[in-house]
Amino acid sequence: MVVAWVMVAVVVGSIAFHLLSPWWFPPLASNWGYIDDTTILTFWITGIVFAAVVLFMAYCLFRFRHRDGNTARYEPENKRLETWLVTLTAAGVIAMLTPGLFVWAQFVSVPEDAMEIEVIGQQWLWNYRLPGEDGQLGRADNRFVNFDNPLGIDPEDPAGQDDYMIIGGELVLPVDAPVRFGLRSVDVLHNFYVPEIRAKMDMIPGSVTYFWATLTQEGSYEILCAELCGTGHSYMRGGFRAVTQDEYDQWLGTQMTFAEFAS
Amino acid sequence: MADIPHDASASAPPAELGEMELYHPRSWWTKYVFSQDAKVIAIQYAVTAFGIGFVALVLSWLIRLQLGFPGTFNFISPEAYYQFITMHGMIMVVYLLTALFLGGFGNYLIPLMVGARDMVFPYANMLSYWIYLVAVLVLVASFFVPGGPTGAGWTLYPPQAIMSNTPGQQGGIILMLVSLALFIIGFTMGGLNYTVTVLQARTRGMTLMRMPLTVWGIFVATVMALLAFPALFVAAVMMLFDKLLGTSFFMPTLVEFGQQLSYGGGSPILFQHLFWFFGHPEVYIVALPAFGIVSDLIATHARRNIFGYRMMVWAIVIIGALSFIVWAHHMYVSGMNPYFGFFFATTTLIIAVPTAIKVYNWVLTLWRGDIHFTTPMLFALGFIVTFVNGGLSGLFLGNVVIDVPLSDTMFVVAHFHMVMGVAPIMVIFGAIYHWYPKVTGRMLSEGLGKFHFWVTFVGAYLIFFPMHYVGLTGAPRRYFETTDIAVVPDSAMALNAFISVMAFIVGFAQLVFIFNLVWSLKNGKHAGGNPWRATSLEWQTPKTPPEHGNWGKELPVVYRWAYDYSVPGAPEDFIAQNQPAVAGREAST
Repeated sequence: MVVAWVMVAVVVGSIAFHLLSPWWFPPLASNWGYIDDTTILTFWITGIVFAAVVLFMAYCLFRFRHRDGNTARYEPENKRLETWLVTLTAAGVIAMLTPGLFVWAQFVSVPEDAMEIEVIGQQWLWNYRLPGEDGQLGRADNRFVNFDNPLGIDPEDPAGQDDYMIIGGELVLPVDAPVRFGLRSVDVLHNFYVPEIRAKMDMIPGSVTYFWATLTQEGSYEILCAELCGTGHSYMRGGFRAVTQDEYDQWLGTQMTFAEFAS
Repeated sequence: MADIPHDASASAPPAELGEMELYHPRSWWTKYVFSQDAKVIAIQYAVTAFGIGFVALVLSWLIRLQLGFPGTFNFISPEAYYQFITMHGMIMVVYLLTALFLGGFGNYLIPLMVGARDMVFPYANMLSYWIYLVAVLVLVASFFVPGGPTGAGWTLYPPQAIMSNTPGQQGGIILMLVSLALFIIGFTMGGLNYTVTVLQARTRGMTLMRMPLTVWGIFVATVMALLAFPALFVAAVMMLFDKLLGTSFFMPTLVEFGQQLSYGGGSPILFQHLFWFFGHPEVYIVALPAFGIVSDLIATHARRNIFGYRMMVWAIVIIGALSFIVWAHHMYVSGMNPYFGFFFATTTLIIAVPTAIKVYNWVLTLWRGDIHFTTPMLFALGFIVTFVNGGLSGLFLGNVVIDVPLSDTMFVVAHFHMVMGVAPIMVIFGAIYHWYPKVTGRMLSEGLGKFHFWVTFVGAYLIFFPMHYVGLTGAPRRYFETTDIAVVPDSAMALNAFISVMAFIVGFAQLVFIFNLVWSLKNGKHAGGNPWRATSLEWQTPKTPPEHGNWGKELPVVYRWAYDYSVPGAPEDFIAQNQPAVAGREAST
């Protein structure tokens, strides 16, 4: 009896908590609003299912609790009911999965005009490489990494000489232009995570992983490492600023190229 | 209802095979220590699992001390914190849940429920426990080696797991990998037993489709474990080679302290695929026995046949099969080929359908039932709520785009604790209250049991439901402290402190449970053979607790399925599986 009311309280309490909660995604700063929309849709569908199942259960607990003279009904199967429930569930799943896959198709298709940059993680520091005048990044590999070449840029590749290097400093990027974040690591797994961008991806030594985003809001953000990378993991933070194209060009001019760094 | 195959109309076939010979113990040592009796082995497994589980409970308190009150407890360093979370996770998933469900409940219940005298290979069964015990001792030893246990996270991802800036990289990680390998060897000996016993040693009349769902759940979980654990075994051995012999299975060219290491050409992602090829089925290795057991708890205590038995069996089998092709949903943001996301998101969400059927059928078993609010029933209800909640949050994380922002945040921690922590543990508690009378001949105290249930259920919900919202703000998991993260508001820190306080309360309630277990051994009410008036065979043994060989002179013969509760016209509200056709029953159908 009590337990039936507690079940009702669980549903009401959970929904109230959700509606009154001040805890939600931080304000969006990229083009990935679709991710938020799919999340909200999923909250609606799962919330309704949760309430329906638990409230129906509470009703059963109240209505069919043991009392003198109450007997259970013997009914091993009910094909019609089971078919209905399977169909409804499948419909709900399709309603959540379909928009999810459409958004994912966008996530994996990097726009052709995206600016290519590189984020290089190391314990417990964020480094970046931005294309110089030639607009492209030179080859790189961990076997080139040494004291004079912390990002492992191939010294033989002319395309790498004008690459700008930012070692442990702040990352600045322009708004309103798609950016392809190439991700590398010189030591262990890391994960480039700016909550306001929504997108994130692991960085693996020996591979170049990626995601893309278009920044939509100027401002300063914090970069977090989201893949356990040793004892300093929670202190692996970086600064990140989204600015106008003009400000970006101006800032880039003050940075050091690989050629300058090596000499 | 003429098409229902589980009534008494098909009688049991005549006996064809002679009975197996049992090795009867001749001394105290072979009866209680090196025992080949599955029931003794079950208790050994359960006691060991609870022992090491208590370590995991204490570790969870230490984790919550740090997360709830960062900066207050100086003895918790980042190194120690990462060791706590790693060992807590590994112990709970492998050494407690897997060992208790399969080695504990599997050993006790399979032979009794299918009407066998014991497991088919009792000697291998005994070895299984002793190797498990050695695996646990090796794991415990890692707390005492220089550098302590590994702090690589329970997923043990390389390269980090074997590199210098990870705690426990000297001895801890080696002992961890050796312990896992031992666990898998031990489990394989037990697992072959559970599988062959179900397939070969069922008594006359016990067709597969008359087996209680408990046996179905444990059986399918065991088959899955036999297929999934080898992937982890291979991964552990390869990582040991990388660590000890300098091979490069998982180690690419990389740099440490500015120096090139001698590794090259290995793939960290390969480890992740191997780990999760084991790791995802592992979720269901824990869940399927819980699904099975909770079905029997609900049917018995609601005095009603389980609703849609055949659908329930097929759902277990289908979930077991599908769970082998969803593993990479743990790797959406791992940097694997992103096109995998389409496939794995689809398979993952398809699993929701058979899983939802199971939930509906549990609730529909309550519908039109005669519900007795016993402690086992309360825990079963607690399971349904927490499992539905955790299952639904899985639809967020399974849907690849929603996983991208939520992956590696506290949302994930909340989700998997709800669905494979709290929910299966609810079933374990319910099952212990349910079967303790068979194991000991005494009832557990209902009063203490209800106290235990209310604190555990309400407390655990208050811990893990709000935790999702900490994750929504962006707070990553596996952070030593989240206080100074720009996106995490101060109010979320207050919530963290609240969660920690609840965690201590729920933890202490478990001491009441342990007290109940010990106290009732001597002081519990005498149970009799069948206190719950249940139908399945284990309640029909000639003696309680059952003696070695289970059945006295003759094996039981099974005439019906395990769910003949409240059959119209029957003299009582249950008909035991070994009871021949009842007059009046046939008349009414």
